[in-house]
Amino acid sequence: MEEPRVHSGWPLYEVFLRGKRGLNHVHVGSLHAADAQMALRHARDLYTRRNEGVSIWVVAAADITASSPDEKDPFFAPSGDKVYRHPTFYQLPDDVPHM
Amino acid sequence: MTEDEFAAYQSLSEETGDHRWAFGTGFTDPLEGIDASVPDGVDAAALTAYCLALGDDALIYSHRLQQWMTRMPELEEETALANIALDLLGQARMLLARAGQAEGRGRREDDLAFFRDEHEFRSVRLAEHTDADFAQLAGRLLVFSAWRLALFGRLTASADPVLAAIAAKGANELAYHRDYAAQWVIRLGDGTPLSHDKMAAALGVIWPLTDELFQADPVAARLPGVAADPAELRAEVDAVLDAVLGAATLDRPQGAPLARVAGKAGRDGVHTEPFGYLLAELQSVARAHPDATW
Repeated sequence: MEEPRVHSGWPLYEVFLRGKRGLNHVHVGSLHAADAQMALRHARDLYTRRNEGVSIWVVAAADITASSPDEKDPFFAPSGDKVYRHPTFYQLPDDVPHM
Repeated sequence: MTEDEFAAYQSLSEETGDHRWAFGTGFTDPLEGIDASVPDGVDAAALTAYCLALGDDALIYSHRLQQWMTRMPELEEETALANIALDLLGQARMLLARAGQAEGRGRREDDLAFFRDEHEFRSVRLAEHTDADFAQLAGRLLVFSAWRLALFGRLTASADPVLAAIAAKGANELAYHRDYAAQWVIRLGDGTPLSHDKMAAALGVIWPLTDELFQADPVAARLPGVAADPAELRAEVDAVLDAVLGAATLDRPQGAPLARVAGKAGRDGVHTEPFGYLLAELQSVARAHPDATW
């Protein structure tokens, strides 16, 4: 299948940022760049202008394997009625802190 | 933006309040709350002139970069360049404000930026050069930021604590500017035959403007321990430029420095012809509406 044509000519990269408090890297958007090093700098210039992050990951969008919306039901519906997978049937002792 | 995405953004920018903005959300005095006194034994007039010259370099260079806005080849590059222009504008604001403090005549940054005439601007002529193409933009930014970073690196130890603090803040910014420019010079120089030739031609245009950066500065000479001797910067800057040019498979251009006019150049208030047009664009609104706020 032919790749969809983009105006830029540069491939698309997805950008993930980690904030200061030790959160996970979070997907914040995408950008165009000629290669990964340029993508990292573009990400710095586009997505950390307001002091949002201390760590950046960039991933070529073409390298991401995503689940298809067509497979949504076979993928996700079977887990909908498995309440016993949630750890909600335990009595927590009163002296267990931080739960 | 969905609610979840918005929440993610909120959590990333977790700090609230003004302090995470470069200058707060209002545009007040950039040196507000800082001890404005000139240290004992420092020549206040020379400090004024020195801060003015360094501030003018940043102000004029920033304006030249702003003129590239909407003309960049890619949206991402446009934002990168806008960031760099804003960094330099921030440096200009602090340095002009410091010049106004040291002068002690009540002139503020805006008075100095908008109500001086061409011969009163002390910026080097490299700052006012009009980039004819993207290769000149990259090459000129490489030279300017490598030089200014070497300069600010020394000024972090300045005997004027305000100048030292401005230099420490600016050094991080300039390190990124230099990295950005070096990436592009290498990419173009070590790219296709066409991009290599364009990058080489661009450096040939820029190089005559570089000699002025290292010329003896009588103002700096009056500020021992406060200012940096321009001649001392050459070895460090040359080493950086040689490393970048080597990686870019480009030769260091040979060419006579841009002639001085009756022995004078940018630091003496003598500029090239395009400077007047730049200044007109920079100052016309402020002069048409003095003391306007918006």
